Amino acid sequence: MLRTLLALALAAAPAVTVARAAGELRFTLRSDPKTFNPLLVEEEPSETIRYLTGGVLIRLNRYTQELEGELASKWKVSENGRRIDFELRRNLQFSDGTPFTCEDVAFTVRQLMDPALHSPTGDAFRSAPGEVETKCTGPASAMARFPGPVAALAAQFDQVAVLSAHSAHKEAAVLGPFVVADYKPGSYVLLRRNPNYWKRDANGRQLPYLDSIRLEIQQNRELELLRFRRGELDIVNRLDPEMYDRLSKDLPHSVVDAGPSLDMELVFFNQVSSAPLPDYKRRWFRSTEFRRAISEAIHRDDLVRIVYRGHARPAVGPVSAANHFWLNAALKPPVYEPSGTLARLQRDGFHRAGDSLVDRDGHKVEFSMISNAGNKLHERMLALIQQDLAKLGIQLNVVTLDFPSLIERISRSFNYESVLMALTNVGLDPNDQMNIWLSSAANHQWNPNQKAPETPWEAEIDKLMQAQTASQDANKRKGYFDKVQQIVSEQAPMIFLVNPDALSAVSANLKNVTPALLHPQIFWNAERLSVGTGLVSQK
Amino acid sequence: MTRAQKTALVVLGVVTLASLAAGWLSTSSYSEQFRDAISAPPSSRFPLGTDELGRDRFARLLYGTRISLLLAPAAALLSTLIAALLGGSAGYLGGRWERMVTSGIDLFLSLPWLFLLLAVRALLPLNTSPFTSVLITFLLLGCLGWATPARIIRAGTRTLVHADYLVQARASGVAPARLFWQHLLPNLRPILLAQFWVSVPVFILSEANLGLLGLGVSEPLPSWGAMLRELENYTAVLQNPWMLTPAILLVVVVSLLQLLLRTEDPIPC
Repeated sequence: MLRTLLALALAAAPAVTVARAAGELRFTLRSDPKTFNPLLVEEEPSETIRYLTGGVLIRLNRYTQELEGELASKWKVSENGRRIDFELRRNLQFSDGTPFTCEDVAFTVRQLMDPALHSPTGDAFRSAPGEVETKCTGPASAMARFPGPVAALAAQFDQVAVLSAHSAHKEAAVLGPFVVADYKPGSYVLLRRNPNYWKRDANGRQLPYLDSIRLEIQQNRELELLRFRRGELDIVNRLDPEMYDRLSKDLPHSVVDAGPSLDMELVFFNQVSSAPLPDYKRRWFRSTEFRRAISEAIHRDDLVRIVYRGHARPAVGPVSAANHFWLNAALKPPVYEPSGTLARLQRDGFHRAGDSLVDRDGHKVEFSMISNAGNKLHERMLALIQQDLAKLGIQLNVVTLDFPSLIERISRSFNYESVLMALTNVGLDPNDQMNIWLSSAANHQWNPNQKAPETPWEAEIDKLMQAQTASQDANKRKGYFDKVQQIVSEQAPMIFLVNPDALSAVSANLKNVTPALLHPQIFWNAERLSVGTGLVSQK
Repeated sequence: MTRAQKTALVVLGVVTLASLAAGWLSTSSYSEQFRDAISAPPSSRFPLGTDELGRDRFARLLYGTRISLLLAPAAALLSTLIAALLGGSAGYLGGRWERMVTSGIDLFLSLPWLFLLLAVRALLPLNTSPFTSVLITFLLLGCLGWATPARIIRAGTRTLVHADYLVQARASGVAPARLFWQHLLPNLRPILLAQFWVSVPVFILSEANLGLLGLGVSEPLPSWGAMLRELENYTAVLQNPWMLTPAILLVVVVSLLQLLLRTEDPIPC
């Protein structure tokens, strides 16, 4: 209600002229960045700043999903994924004029792997105990040898912004298209163009085209939308379907549905041996037939149509359709068919008794599903799932909890029955999902930290995931991971529901926009974006 | 009783009867989803249209009225009783007890109750039925909402205790119990009623806000609070003004209740 009043008050406020510099792009961050050190980034606002300011050796092109050389013109991975050699571009400078050399690469890799720094970016490179070896191998070449094989080693460097070994400005000296010029906590971060940025366009003009980017710190989505409508912002990232539809009615040319994202909504049951559950419920949750029946009883098309207003796709498995290479295209989403579902449950000893479904021992099938409170999309999904399951005689008790309580239940006390949650994927490579699929992993959510795989299919997944991570042959790796996806589809330890679309809004003022499926969908090519020239005064 | 009060009584009676007869007045269940008619406008089939899940708003309003109209006043009654007991006794007895109660009120108002509510929800069994969950919510609201009214009641009582007629009654040898029941309590009635009626809409809205924390009425049970949460989407409200019906009903019911219980007695100060 307060939000509504604020929005109405703002809408009713007299028009104020907002002047901004020519060539300035504006959008919002949800919160203050926690760090400007690119090696310590672990949340989205800091990641946005790293993406816009950091120069990397290798960049994953968000549009083509191919790796491209940036500061490194060439690279070669060898020794079974332990070693990488870079050939560097010459005559480049950091934003403060310090020359870029191979020593900067070696310095960055050492910092990345320094145990004292605890770099979250470095975690992906720590596949085995030991120290990294890194050095210059020539005037414009460098190498790094890691203690163990690193899966998709070259792709991991997309997250590593090179630091200067010699600049007095430390991490403030950057090689990316923009440099942090000003920061007012709680208000904005101002980025200005890097005068020494090395890239040029086809006509030889130095990039970036933009003079500056103003990142307003704004948590309230309604206000963000209102400011976009007033022309004060150029981009709105991660629109929810309701906002998207509202905006598309008034400004149909400003909304962008880039298609399914890497994110997914899923349900899983508690299969932890020590969980405080009655034995008969543990038996249900450990039954493949039961899990598959629940999966088939959920009408995914309705979730897409009603909850996501058509801006999502029924999920096939742990890989989104957005991930072109790694998706097992042979798999299809489960077909909604209540009669077939009931037959599957009957094969597992369940039967109808009046309006209820009961198991072979006469226990009425009733369980709870928890989710995070305050998430409207989840609340609506839960209501739809509740009615879908009621058609089979299953009573679903919906419980929404604050996020810390939810995490406490699914990660520590294991005092839950089933959960609906979102999984945000940032990487394309299967190695980014190792912590989910290995039975020994802490994020193997339905039954984590197993000393030895408790089921044959989990043992098989362990084997396949380890085989794919050890291989350097992309096609072989895909074969292994296709098999993992097939096992997951057959065993349904996680019931994948939908992949929401990547929805954004972009001002008509912004040029050269090529929306991509991967984050950051709109400004992935920030150096080539431009806005209208001249002083813009808006009411 | 004035003509206006009689009218208020009739209208409130109609609203209460309608909520109790929800099963007969609406053709649909409050939880049934008509997935082919989501966010439908009012029609003969759905007099108030449908919500975003295709549920009949009219049916949900009737059942929600039943819950909110019974449980919010019950919670308000509980909190007013606790406030009357503590605030009234503090004002009447004075001395150390009054200081203790006043300190207790200050302490209670300064505590972060949000965390208690979160802890309570986390401790509840997960397989709690929606109706039990809503009962617990209103019980908690009733138990936690006493401090502000208690402060006002204590101040009112303190003023009354020093009023001339009570001093005279005490000097005439009237027993303390009779003094309390026959002279003090009737004069406190306007304050108690005011606190009660102020609490009713507050609790209805609190229930809506608690929904954000996972407390409150859980799906698929409707309540005014849950329906009022839909008004956050002001664009949808502008396009579908019938979404305002729960808010209008809340204003009407609370106004009528206040009108009905208006008294000619002056509020002591």
